[in-house]
This record gives sequence, structure tokens and C-alpha cells, in this order.
Amino acid sequence: MNKVKGLKTKDLLGLRYLSAEDINLILDTTQSMKEVMTRPVRKVPALLGKNIVTLFYEPSTRTRTSFDVAAKNLSANTTNIGLAQSSVKKGETLIDTAKNLEVMGYDGVIIRHKMSGAPHLLAENIKGAVINAGDGCNEHPTQGLLDMFTMKEKKGDLAGKKVVIVGDIAHSRVARSNIWGLNKLGAKVVVVGPPTLIPIGITEMGCEVSYNLEKAISDADFINVLRIQLERQEEGLFPSVEEYHKLYGITVDRLKKCKPDVVVMHPGPINRGVEISSEVADGPYNVILEQVTNGVAVRMAVLFLLLSGKKPMLMKKGL
Amino acid sequence: MGIVIRGGKILEGSSQKEIKKDIFIQEGIIKSIAENIALPKNVQVIEAENLIVIPGLVDMHCHLRDPGDPEEETIASGTMSAAKGGFTSIACMANTTPPIDSPAAVRYVVSKAKQEGIVNVFPIAAATLGLKGTHLVEMERMIEEGAVAFSDDGNPISDPRILRLLLEYARPFGVKIISHPEVLAMSKNGQMNEGVLSTMLGLEGISSQAEELMVERDILLAAKFGAIHITHVSTAQSVIMIREAKSKGIPVTCDTCPHYFSLSEKNVDGFNTFAKVNPPLRTEEDVKEIIKGLKDGTIDAIATDHAPHREEKKKVEFGLAAKGMVGFETALPLALTFLSKEIPLAKIIKMMTINPAKILGIPKGELKEGAAADLAIIDPNAKHKIDIKQFASKSKNSPFDGMEVQGEIVYTIVEGKVVVKEGRLVPLK
Repeated sequence: MNKVKGLKTKDLLGLRYLSAEDINLILDTTQSMKEVMTRPVRKVPALLGKNIVTLFYEPSTRTRTSFDVAAKNLSANTTNIGLAQSSVKKGETLIDTAKNLEVMGYDGVIIRHKMSGAPHLLAENIKGAVINAGDGCNEHPTQGLLDMFTMKEKKGDLAGKKVVIVGDIAHSRVARSNIWGLNKLGAKVVVVGPPTLIPIGITEMGCEVSYNLEKAISDADFINVLRIQLERQEEGLFPSVEEYHKLYGITVDRLKKCKPDVVVMHPGPINRGVEISSEVADGPYNVILEQVTNGVAVRMAVLFLLLSGKKPMLMKKGL
Repeated sequence: MGIVIRGGKILEGSSQKEIKKDIFIQEGIIKSIAENIALPKNVQVIEAENLIVIPGLVDMHCHLRDPGDPEEETIASGTMSAAKGGFTSIACMANTTPPIDSPAAVRYVVSKAKQEGIVNVFPIAAATLGLKGTHLVEMERMIEEGAVAFSDDGNPISDPRILRLLLEYARPFGVKIISHPEVLAMSKNGQMNEGVLSTMLGLEGISSQAEELMVERDILLAAKFGAIHITHVSTAQSVIMIREAKSKGIPVTCDTCPHYFSLSEKNVDGFNTFAKVNPPLRTEEDVKEIIKGLKDGTIDAIATDHAPHREEKKKVEFGLAAKGMVGFETALPLALTFLSKEIPLAKIIKMMTINPAKILGIPKGELKEGAAADLAIIDPNAKHKIDIKQFASKSKNSPFDGMEVQGEIVYTIVEGKVVVKEGRLVPLK
């Protein structure tokens, strides 16, 4: 916890914009934060007096709670605003909401939004730090970071490691953050899924595409399994959940043909029997719950690096 | 009082080159175009040494938002913006609120333009009632009131049978049906061009096929049932198909807009809502083919698709932002900046004057004796930085702010009346 160096950026909008150096700084800091979490008193005063708000325009339990716990472990004050309580329904714009929060003295805004780029709009318009907790199909940088942290914990340096991401790549912000981040750390990424769920030009981001799951995972170090949203079936992007499971579901039978130390990951929430079988979800291969624990540590690191050492947001006199 | 424009080079009639001549204007008419006109008494002299006198620009596609949203644009502010851009005649689309789909609505636009417009305004009427694509409008009665063409622009005419009927019904009147080519089932919730960048940004893409399928359909119907004009062509394949159709003698014409040859999808990166437009900005390969199409005459005209939007419709999440950009005050500089290397000035000007005028069937776009004195005087080489704060349009939604361009509009004259002088609007009396 003696790091004084912070991130070069005001905000965390996406792993696309971070350097390998920044990513490593966050992952190293995460290690220290994880140590804090094992103490009998899991609280350090790093962000004492700082005000942080989670602004979630999309439902979430895991990510939001994780940020909330992370901020509290660092002694920050937290407020949670969800879509139902917010002014959105009254027609207020995102910028107006943000400006209001700013003058109440929030130092950091953690935002989840169903539209890609919403955190960028926020970041351009407020002085405080903006942390992207998932925007549309664009990025979910803290998920990408916690995935990479978990991978490093399991197998060390990621250079040359093979990561296979399986599922709805087109609509996945987790996939994008993984691809950006893993590339920067030198891992090899392969995406697998039905062609209708793999977007045009994805290889330009630095990954290979395969439609053959078994071949792709045969020499993989990690399999990152994405949640299949059932509404995609309604849109006609794939014919049925059953066929999806048959083609792309992660099962014990399939894992038996992989490297013995293959690690199965999932950002949650899982659809048992669809993208992952219960046997795998509850079995020895997966690290799904460890990912959740690491998520808190990663978010502590991000909050710490973005907010500590910065002066608290001062209220303007006369306001 | 008459006007003599002296010492400038002029783009006259169908000439391919600028020739140094003077112009004498009286009572709103070009009286004579000749070398060294002797100054009659009591005339205003405009010295145009080192400048070029061109026919006033003609825009065949713009949105003036009247009736609808006077905070975004009015016919007054829209025509002032047009005048600053060197336009003397503009044709406005029918997708106002309510839409221009009745003779009374056309009359409203015409009379409002007469009251407050400072350039000529030609309404393009809706092709179908309520822009719904199901029932034909009363074409003859609307032409009587001043409609010059028919279009559901903003929406495609999705039902091919309705388009066929429109093409057939319009034939006796000699007016054009203008197609906005978009297959809505393909473009769906799309936010930008589909490609590497839409994938990187996690934005729903609009494939170029969403446009091209409709262009192909339009060509097939035009070949059989009557002439069509396709507006805001944005993709390489659209240009290629139209080129082929023209070579077969199919009665199809088309236009593109300055943003389709000066910008690409890259301008969207960073979730830049000012670069959100429909059809979307495409790739650099598309831009190349658009320029090729302008050069070889496949694309007949450059139209602005001037689409004013109030600030709060752009300062929102990309997915919520309105599509479109203002265009009058940047069109000519962009054309000169991005096309001059490939296309001679005279040809660029034709695509912004006589060509669109002919497609609309309006007697505009040419400098000739006896014609209305609609003209602009430009300095084609003057460099400047685009500054949205200087726009006369009520809306400032332009992705070109700060861009270094060449070409300045020095004077705009509408029916003998100077409306822009030294690049500034002349205050109304």
C-alpha cells in the first residue's frame, strides 16, 4: 500500500485506452488490496472523506455491490443511484444528472449504462473521476482487469498464454475489454461462437475467430465463457438454446480433451445448462467465485489509483 | 439601381472554364455578360478582381424545420445560412412536423419563404400521405402550389409497389421522385457504419447493404416504370450500381453530400455525436468511390442534407443522439478542399448548380443574359478555419468545426439583391 504513483488518466473508460504499464500497475495494486481483504479488519483509510456514487442505468447486483464494498473497504462514502430512483424517468439528461452530482461533491462516479459511450460523455462533462462499470456492448474494464488478475494468479505471466472466449462476442463488453487488455499483456486470444454472434472485423482488435469450439479449446490455458442472453434467440441470432448448448456449451466431456490445467471462467450470472453445464460450474475447473472476490480487490485498486492523492472535490463558495 | 460586377472571372452557361468578363445586373435580371462593360450611370460596382463569379448554388436536399421546431431552424435562419454558403436556391424536404403532404402545406412553405426567406425556396413535397409510404399525395395540386419534386426523405418508400405507382403517376408531370435508399429491416437499430470501428466501439452497425439493396431495387423499378433520383448516396457499391444503370440508359440520377467525400467512419471514434448521420459515414474505400463517381459523372449533384438539430439532441449518449449535420455553410469549401485535386472547378460548380436545377426542373443554376441574377462571388483559394460559432444557422451541429478549408463565399446575390457582402449577411432593411 505504499504506492504513490497513480494512473495517468482521470477516468477508467476502457482497457482500449490503457497501456500495458497502466494495466500492470492496477494488477500489482490489486495484489496489495487482496491482502487487505484478508485482514481481520478489512478497512484502510485510503479514501477517507471521499464521496463516490454508483450510477446504474441498468440492473446489476454483482458489479454494483462489488464496487460498493470496494469503496467501503477504502473508507469512502458511497451512494447508490439506480434507474428507478433517478431523474431519467423525468427526462433529465445524463449530463444534467452528472452536473448535479458534481456540485454535491462527488469525487468519483461509477456508471453502468446500456448505451456504449455513455461514460465517455460523462467524463467529458465532469471534473471527477468516471469509472465505467459497463457501457452497452463497448467495455467493462474492471471485469477485464479482474479476469486478467485471476488468470495471472492461476498461471503467472500472461505472455503467450492462450485465452478462448466463447459466446455472444457481438454483444459482449466483457469480450471487448478482455481482447484489449489481454493483447496488451501479450496473450493470444481466440473468440468462438456462432457466426451470427461474432461481429465483423473483430480480428482487427487482435484475436482469431474459430467456429470449432473443441479445436479452439484443445490447447487453451483459459476458457472465458460468456453469458448467452435469451433475448438474442428471440431476435433470431441463433435458433435455439439447445442447439447453442450442443455446439458451444462448456461441458466436462469437452474439458476432458483439453489441457489438464485448463481454467474455466465466467463473468456471471451463469445460465446453467446453456453456455456452461452445472457440472463445470460447480466442478474443479472453474474459478467463477474467485473471480468475484478478485473483482472487489481490482475495484479497490482502481478506486485507489484514481482517487487517492487527489484533492477532494471542493464545493465552490457561494453555491 | 443596377450592379456591375467588374474584373472577375466568370463561369458562364455551359463553359468549362472561367473567362474574365463583367456582368451587368438590372431589375433582378442579368442584362449583359461581356468584356469591359462601360459603366452605366448610377450603378453599384462590385470589384471582383481575383475572384470567380459563379451561378448561385442550388441545393436539392435540405431540412428547414418549418413547420416544426423554430429553435432548430426557421426559413429565415435557414435561408440566411444558405446565403452565407453561396446558395441562392434551396429545395427543402417534407419531413417537417407536420409533414408537407397537402397542397395547403406546400402553400404554407411557399408563402413563409416569400415573407422571410432571403434565397429562393422550392418545397419538395411528401411522396405519400404522412410519409407513411402507403397512399400517394395529390401531385398535381401540390405542383400547382409550388412543389418541385416528391420524396419521403427521412424514410424510405419501403413498399416496392407504392414506389412503382409513384414513378408511374409522376410521369405526366415530369417531376422526380426522390428516394432515400434504406432497407429499415437491415439498418434496424444501427448507430454507425458496420465495420471494424462499430465492432470496436460496441455500437450497432448499419451495413452498406442496407443502402445498396434499396438502390438496386430503385434501379430495377426505374428501368421499367419511370425516372428516379436517389439521394445521399454513401457507399462504393451504390455508385458502381448506378454507374452501370446509367450506362444502360436507365433513367436514374443521384446525389451525395459533402460529408460522404470529406469524412469517414473514423470521425465517429470517441463517440462523436456530431458525426452521427443517416446514412452513416462510411469507410475510406467508399469515400474513394464517391469521389470517382463525382469525377466520372455517375453522381450528378452535391446536396447538403442540411439537418439542423438543437444542442440537446446531440449532447447525449451516442445511441440517443439525433442523426444529421448542418451543411449550407460548409458545402462549397468542403467541395473545393476535397475535390479540387481531382475535379476541375467548373465541374464542381456544375454539380452544385445546373445539375441539381435540371433534376428538379427549376430554371436556376446558370449565368446567362436574361436569367434571374442569382449568383455568388467566391475566392476559391482563400483558406480559413471552419468556426461553428459564425454559422447563421440556428443549429451548430457540425463535425467540421476547426477544420482548415479552402474557398470563401465573398458575395451572394439573389435576384439582383446583395444578401451577402464581404462574407457577411447584409442586414435586412
